[in-house]
Amino acid sequence: MSTLEIRDLHVSVNAVGADASDTPTEILKGVDLTVNSQETHAIMGPNGSGKSTLAYSIAGHPKYTVTSGQVLLDGQDVLAMTVDERARAGLFLAMQYPVEVPGVSVSNFLRTAATAVRGEAPKLRTWIKEVGDAMKDLEMDKAFAERNVNEGFSGGEKKRHEILQMALLKPKIAILDETDSGLDVDALRVVSQGVNKVRETGVGTLLITHYTRILRYVHPDFVHVFFDGRIVQSGGAELADELETSGYARFGVNETAAAG
Amino acid sequence: MTAIDTNNQQAPHSHGLPVAGSTGSGSPPERFTSRNPDDFAVPTGREEEWRFTPLRKLRPMFNSFQVDSTIRPTWVAPAEVTIEVVAADDALIGSVLRPADRVSALALANVRHALVVRIPAGIELSEPVWVTITGKPGLNYGHVVIDAAPNSKATVILDHVGSASLAANVETIVGDGANLTVVSVQDWDADTIHLAALATRVNRDAKLTHVVINLGGSIVRLTPTVEFGGPGAQAELYGLSFAGDGQHQESRLHVDHAVPNCSSNVVYKSALDGETARTVWIGDVRIRPAATGTSTYELNRNLLLSDGARADSVPNLEIETGEIAGAGHASATGRFDDLQLFYLQSRGIPEEDARRLVVRGFFNDILKYIKVEALHDRLMDTILTRLGAK
Ligand SMILES: Nc1ncnc2c1ncn2[C@@H]1O[C@H](COP(=O)(O)OP(=O)(O)OP(=O)(O)O)[C@@H](O)[C@H]1O
Ligand SMILES: [Mg+2]
Repeated sequence: MSTLEIRDLHVSVNAVGADASDTPTEILKGVDLTVNSQETHAIMGPNGSGKSTLAYSIAGHPKYTVTSGQVLLDGQDVLAMTVDERARAGLFLAMQYPVEVPGVSVSNFLRTAATAVRGEAPKLRTWIKEVGDAMKDLEMDKAFAERNVNEGFSGGEKKRHEILQMALLKPKIAILDETDSGLDVDALRVVSQGVNKVRETGVGTLLITHYTRILRYVHPDFVHVFFDGRIVQSGGAELADELETSGYARFGVNETAAAG
Repeated sequence: MTAIDTNNQQAPHSHGLPVAGSTGSGSPPERFTSRNPDDFAVPTGREEEWRFTPLRKLRPMFNSFQVDSTIRPTWVAPAEVTIEVVAADDALIGSVLRPADRVSALALANVRHALVVRIPAGIELSEPVWVTITGKPGLNYGHVVIDAAPNSKATVILDHVGSASLAANVETIVGDGANLTVVSVQDWDADTIHLAALATRVNRDAKLTHVVINLGGSIVRLTPTVEFGGPGAQAELYGLSFAGDGQHQESRLHVDHAVPNCSSNVVYKSALDGETARTVWIGDVRIRPAATGTSTYELNRNLLLSDGARADSVPNLEIETGEIAGAGHASATGRFDDLQLFYLQSRGIPEEDARRLVVRGFFNDILKYIKVEALHDRLMDTILTRLGAK
């Protein structure tokens, strides 16, 4: 049983203006959220409201500065950890825009990551089977293993590759940032099944999405409406349906303000 | 369909100090070529083709010189291959090369012997031809001809080691339907100067894979050129430079599409590690009116591993027909990519390991084209040792 606690999190980013001035802009304005093992939380909110910022800040992206608040994983101070320590502690972020790493093959990358997270190199024979099975589940061609990390991958292939990593690294808490965006209907089903398979291991999941369609496969226990750097409303799965029919306005969110 | 994609990530073509004159992409003028050295003035450094090169150390090579010693290449090759030293008046000499600068013309005019590697027609070699050119201190001329007869398949390695001041030409003919890989390794000692034209003709339906690896030497300036002798030909040009303090590594490519339905793909990368490290990449591609159905792409990536290092990058794409399959270029020079590091670390990989993975990946992206394991591993070891020695 694991718990991720986010307490009154404030995060800024250094925006380099047209005049090359370097002023910090506050993006997260006090986020409170607790995610336990087994639970699935969906976060929905308009573009630019800070959802990715929340995800990246928890993972330790160098671009974001936490100005106040806490992130705890089973009571441990996540913010004091390096990026790789966070992953080894059991956090995983499936990124909205996975990064290309030229010259590094997927198979080498996966094995290096698994070795780091598990604390020892997986036995070669069981490892090959493990990767093979996980790729099969996600309907990924074997040839992917020999390609460079994310290089030339289509949008959908990148997302499958993210979930493949989640399946192999078996995190305690996983954050999925728009894993469903850019997937066609078949890919959405395959990727959702992949996510559900990992959920069976008891992972706590934070699912960032714009669409309820993924929630038909990956059923959330909680839905949170995110706006202007904070959670403005929380509820059960029914909240997602309300959002679908009536948009964000009903929740006190002015979408034109969000766009502006 | 015509697709022109000009993608200049991280804007500058030229990185570091500003340089007088244009550094952006423009049209390559028609190249002037001649076998007469005196048709080329002694370079002053103001010429387009010499403006990036440190000329002072090269002066002795701008005029005819007395050869100080004779370099005798050695080789290991499968039995089917003929390798011989011929006199400079052999008909093969000058059959592909058209000198485009004074040093190349001087080398052609003054060289006494050439090494000729002949791959017989229709033969697929199971082992590479490995020619080792061990330099000797002092001024030298060199000439190598690689003649891959039609429908042959082979890999030829030119492995340059030792110390030399070498002005040389390499001519390569890829016969109809042949598949030839040429790997030129410059693993010289630190004081070496190596100026060479690497001229290749790729004939009908033939495929050339050309890999240039610059590791050692003081000044290494290579000018690979490709022309196509018939339609359906393919040229893959890969390059890797790793320049440290005091090293100048320059690659000036010229790909001349004058016949229909040929393709060229250029990927050159350089890593610079040292305040005075310097690399130059010029990628000239010309698609002439007759070259319909051409497909070409050029990519140059430069990784600055230390302050002060400078990489110049100038792609030039001249398109003279609308009937092409595709043409484009991309060039980027930058420091270590923090996002790549973040991505790897976010999967639990410690920073040091992540850094090693990214740098190793950068080099391996080119080294992977060297399918000869012993050579691939030797080069990777050399690179890792140099990186580790920091
Ligand atoms: N480096 C930066 N400089 C300036 N502003 C930034 C920077 N990075 C992020 N922002 C701003 O922070 C805000 C939140 O961005 P974020 O990516 O977290 O939004 P999001 O909710 O994930 O949006 P989307 O639904 O489009 O993915 C945006 O207004 C964005 O422009
Ligand atoms: Mg986002």
